[in-house]
Amino acid sequence: MATTIIEKIWKEHELAVDDDGRSLIYIDRHLTHEVTSPVAFEDLRIRGRKLRRPDLTVAVMDHNVPTGPREEPIRDELSYKQMQALYKNSEDFETMLLDYYSPFQGIIHIIGPELGLTLPGMTLAAGDSHTSTHGALGALAFGIGTSEVEHVFATQTLWLKKPKTMEIKVSGSLRRGVYSKDLALFLIGQLGTGGGIGHILEYTGETIRSMTPDERMTLCNLSTEAGARSSIISPDDKTFNYVRGRAFAPDEDDFNEAVEYWRTLASDPNATYDKSYSFDVSGLKPMVTWGTNPSMVVPVNGSIPSPDQFEASRRPGIEAALKYMGLTPGQAITDIKVDRVFIGSCTNSRLSDLTIAARVVKGRKVSNSVRAMVVPGSQYVKRNAERKGLHSIFLEAGFEWRNAGCSMCIGMNEDQLLPGERAASTTNRNFENRQGPGGRTHLVSPAMAAAAAIEGHFVDITQWDMPEAI
Amino acid sequence: MEVIVGLAVPLLRENVDTDQIIPAQFLRILTKNGLGRYLFYRWRYDQDGKPKPEFVLNDERFKQATVLLALKNFGIGSSRENAVWALTDYGIKAVIAPSFGDIFYENAVKNGLACIRMDEKLIQQIGREAEAGGLTVRINIKEQSLSYGSQSVHYTMEPSVRRRLMSGEDEIENTMKYENKIMAYEQRMKKFYHVDRKRLLYE
Ligand code: SF4
Repeated sequence: MATTIIEKIWKEHELAVDDDGRSLIYIDRHLTHEVTSPVAFEDLRIRGRKLRRPDLTVAVMDHNVPTGPREEPIRDELSYKQMQALYKNSEDFETMLLDYYSPFQGIIHIIGPELGLTLPGMTLAAGDSHTSTHGALGALAFGIGTSEVEHVFATQTLWLKKPKTMEIKVSGSLRRGVYSKDLALFLIGQLGTGGGIGHILEYTGETIRSMTPDERMTLCNLSTEAGARSSIISPDDKTFNYVRGRAFAPDEDDFNEAVEYWRTLASDPNATYDKSYSFDVSGLKPMVTWGTNPSMVVPVNGSIPSPDQFEASRRPGIEAALKYMGLTPGQAITDIKVDRVFIGSCTNSRLSDLTIAARVVKGRKVSNSVRAMVVPGSQYVKRNAERKGLHSIFLEAGFEWRNAGCSMCIGMNEDQLLPGERAASTTNRNFENRQGPGGRTHLVSPAMAAAAAIEGHFVDITQWDMPEAI
Repeated sequence: MEVIVGLAVPLLRENVDTDQIIPAQFLRILTKNGLGRYLFYRWRYDQDGKPKPEFVLNDERFKQATVLLALKNFGIGSSRENAVWALTDYGIKAVIAPSFGDIFYENAVKNGLACIRMDEKLIQQIGREAEAGGLTVRINIKEQSLSYGSQSVHYTMEPSVRRRLMSGEDEIENTMKYENKIMAYEQRMKKFYHVDRKRLLYE
């Protein structure tokens, strides 16, 4: 019978099914960080339990770390305590730790793929909702809460109700200046914030096949904003080439064997899904969110919608969003001025993202009224960007060039919006107060964010001159 | 826990994300206790930390509420279990909404917070009755029924969730019974999924 990659990986890792139909799934890789792990570690300790597979567990500091110079002392006492707890926990429980000072430190969903910790065909869990990112390499990946983190620590398994499958088939080529971020925002706009609840999404179709692994990661990263706990793309040669040679990828002796196995995992051509949608995206424009969840999105040449355009039951929510965002119906997107620009987060802080932004910025200056920053996804991305000279382009233009971390995506460290400030941000959540109390976030692609930094307001990047290479 | 009886409070909004339930600034903690005071922090308090009178939980009539009524996609967003800990520490025993974020839902079960899915129209209707304050709701987890005033309605919940809410069982203890199966997988796990820590040194 024709089956999907989701079913194949599920079956391989399903150890048992309980009376209520839940499956016990083995987790091949567990990534953990300083913010959602302390309670889980402490509970293990209290109950005298062991961490079952420290060798399959990797800890990293990313959510609350400062992004300024690493020589400086960590000023925030609470964050410092959480970091100290992760030092102690990874020592006591013998996990590998990529700490604040590690040359391989970075955002959990950036370092997994980048270090070859994420591999096709594996199951992966992490105490963070954007774990869906890892599906871009053909891994079945689950974002989990702290109690589940503890469950994986103790048993290396999770109890999961088998989710329904949803195919998102995408055709048409994205025009110049339109990126996978725009595609993702468009899809969230179509599906709604809850459209993927109870489902694992699989992205298929020619557009997906022509995307690079980095672009696929941006797309899978954002699946969670459509409510899906997980998403996946069948691995192909691009995936294998991406994985090859990474620190923890199979070495050359095992590589061919691994690839042979991974090839068997791709969804069969006639596989069926619980739901299927298809989209032709040839006409897609760069997208900009205007509201307080990622489904509130319009093309850059559009304008702020009016509550009257929505069903009566949704109007109060729309009005509240417009009020919070300080926007009026009918306002053109390109007339919206920004105070801050943030390029970073697990959505858009890989080398390819920074390269695109640098192309936009090169030889130009950040608008006087804008404060702009780039926070690379990992120290490894940062080093590679510096090798290519991207940092000089950003610095000369007037951007801040910082160290790796979640930074202004979550606003746990001092990188935050001030009340009322408006940001063009390459992150994933425009929720109220997400990037700082009273802050207003517009989600966009790195190219759109970079252009907004230069002009001080949103511009249609497809109309811009930018060098093909730098 | 078989029955939950409590005062209902209507928070009839869609897409209440976990950033709103508890902001990130309160995640810098090492224990899960005492988070109730940060529940809905930015909706509940102004910038000087003073309660906002217009927010429903600051209304005297709802101070003792334990059953929260909300609209669709409650608990979407971040995986932070702190959202559930804040609700339970505050005293919320059940949330009723048309749909819930997947991770939030599982986090809730793990902490004995009942998440009950119901038709939006019905929730709106209960919400209207609850608005004036003083509406007591009785939820029978075992029988999957909810009653208020003279009304009684039925809802459905996954058997596993119902069982776990009622027994409050330690899931890890239960999973350990599957040790043989776990070991069997570990024997056959593909060798290239193992991590050799020394590798990073040569990167
Ligand atoms: S960058 Fe943002 S979304 Fe990604 S892991 Fe960090 S906080 Fe979460």
